[in-house]
Amino acid sequence: EIRRTLDDDMLEQLEELLIASDMGVDTALRVTANIAEGRFGKKLSVREIKELLAQEIARIMEPVARPLPLYPTKPQVVLVVGVNGSGKTTTIGKLASQFRAAGKKVVIAAGDTFRAAAVEQLQVWGERAGVPVMTAAQGSDPASLAFDAMTRAQAEGADLLMIDTAGRLQNRADLMEELAKIVRVIRKKDPNAPHNTLLVLDATTGQNALNQVEIFRKLADVSGLVMTKLDGTAKGGVLVALADKFGLPIHAIGVGEQIDDLAPFDPEEFAAALTGLDAG
Amino acid sequence: MFENLSERLGGVFDRLTKQGALSEDDVRTALREVRVALLEADVSLPVARNFIKAVEKKATGAAVTKSITPGQQVVKIVHDELIAVLAGEDEDPGKLRIDNPPAPILMVGLQGGGKTTTTAKLAKRLKERDGKKVLMASLDVNRPAAMEQLEILGKQIGVDTLPIVKGEDPVAIAKRAKTQASLGGYDVYMLDTAGRLSIDEELMAQVAAVRDVAKPRETLLVVDGLTGQDAVHTAENFDNRIGISGVVLTRMDGDGRGGAALSMRAITGKPIKFVGLGEKMDALETFEPERVAGRILGM
Ligand SMILES: Nc1nc2c(ncn2[C@@H]2O[C@H](COP(=O)(O)OP(=O)(O)OP(=O)(O)O)[C@@H](O)[C@H]2O)c(=O)[nH]1
Ligand SMILES: Nc1nc2c(ncn2[C@@H]2O[C@H](COP(=O)(O)OP(=O)(O)OP(=O)(O)O)[C@@H](O)[C@H]2O)c(=O)[nH]1
Ligand SMILES: [K+]
Ligand SMILES: [Mg+2]
Ligand SMILES: [Mg+2]
Repeated sequence: EIRRTLDDDMLEQLEELLIASDMGVDTALRVTANIAEGRFGKKLSVREIKELLAQEIARIMEPVARPLPLYPTKPQVVLVVGVNGSGKTTTIGKLASQFRAAGKKVVIAAGDTFRAAAVEQLQVWGERAGVPVMTAAQGSDPASLAFDAMTRAQAEGADLLMIDTAGRLQNRADLMEELAKIVRVIRKKDPNAPHNTLLVLDATTGQNALNQVEIFRKLADVSGLVMTKLDGTAKGGVLVALADKFGLPIHAIGVGEQIDDLAPFDPEEFAAALTGLDAG
Repeated sequence: MFENLSERLGGVFDRLTKQGALSEDDVRTALREVRVALLEADVSLPVARNFIKAVEKKATGAAVTKSITPGQQVVKIVHDELIAVLAGEDEDPGKLRIDNPPAPILMVGLQGGGKTTTTAKLAKRLKERDGKKVLMASLDVNRPAAMEQLEILGKQIGVDTLPIVKGEDPVAIAKRAKTQASLGGYDVYMLDTAGRLSIDEELMAQVAAVRDVAKPRETLLVVDGLTGQDAVHTAENFDNRIGISGVVLTRMDGDGRGGAALSMRAITGKPIKFVGLGEKMDALETFEPERVAGRILGM
């Protein structure tokens, strides 16, 4: 096997590999600097270098790889938020199916009262998962639907209430306030709810994911992340920058459009895919 | 979170030659910062690399006049080059080839990029600005309620949609749309397709089959303006496999830096025709290179 010296050239190539995964320049520099420490000038095989990189990335990601926590509270309220088209509705369908399979009683609220056929889309997912979906008319106030859904989930003794929301860009103050209002209304029924607020990120998104997390966290108390569309060519390297900066748990990843295409976040697999180690 | 390029270069340029011409070293130092700025704006790495090479040639030896600093000079050269690449040779990016009625327009792209919304926005624009009679058809047999979504949007904007027939495959729907468009005297018919990954061979073959049946006059790749490094794969794969005639960048109402615009343009060589600036049906504008160039550089 060919061995190469770990020099400046090599480090730059490694940085570029990471940058091409959307890790961002700063984080990529830091990760490569970490693996170079004490090894600069040494001769290593390509595989050894990739393994070192993958280990370093897995080390950073280990603390944030945590499944969605389940609480004894009834209902545990899971609010799902994110920018347009990131995969919120689909992820709710997948999660609902997993919870049902685990014997939980789940109710879904179709809180996207804005987008055309958002309700119909979620109803199909509800059927697939075998979970009832509460709806309201298009254009109606999502906060009042959330309130009604809380009432129903409490009355029915549901274990989980999952609330879908319309997609919104984080720089839209009016829409972010609408989200804050949904949270306020939910808290009238249970001051500890929502128990989880999931921000759904699209793996094809670049550095804007940092702004998304920063602002959604500030205005909607995000408690965890889900990254979708990792079945594509996008590597989701921005998660490393996010772990570094915010330390929010990553609960799951989306790996397809089917109901079972939701997997736990596995730091080692993620790091292997990101560094190309999985390709051999 | 991101420094803009002028600030970034400010510090670097205090150390540069103050008069005469930009030296090779000056330019190289400056372009290291430009590279970082482009990458932070989500320009794809290979595209950023080529862009820097082009700028390096233009900037080396460029005169620095008394009235501007070397930093301003480099920023100007970078900015001008960005505009030149983004604009390409197109006189009128918003113009679509829709002669020979009924003219088919095929909409393609990744999942959730904004195809369905953009289909309706474009249909509205064609109807209202150009007085065209437009038919929209959803070929999306994958996503739940995708057809209903387009149908509802059609009602909102007063544009006809092809009646939904469950169980039909995309090629059959495309054929039916073509027939209906001819018989119904439509000027344009728009084919909205399901989102697909560019490496999903089965779904890419399916949309290629649709293309062969419809022979679209325009094939528009709809891409999320917040896209990062993956822009390069999407652009390459869709253009190679399907052949696109233009790009629409959505979600440009966000606070993303829009580097995907440069990646798309550089890799496909195809014009960026429109940008989506919101969820409402009138939130579509023709592409303006100056605006996007400024945004990429954070100016
Ligand atoms: N390949 C792939 N596609 C996905 C995944 N998750 C969601 N999608 C697709 O992405 C598109 C958008 O998903 P939605 O669930 O509608 O996204 P959303 O965030 O609810 O969208 P809005 O409500 O419009 O903001 C759909 O075509 C989904 O099938 C995933 O993990 N992989
Ligand atoms: N803010 C903003 N949202 C947009 C824009 N274009 C589309 N959207 C939203 O993005 C989400 C996805 O749009 P769709 O039109 O359903 O995307 P699609 O590509 O058809 O999705 P699939 O069919 O699932 O692949 C919806 O919530 C749209 O309202 C835009 O320019 N700005
Ligand atoms: K991937
Ligand atoms: Mg949704
Ligand atoms: Mg669609």
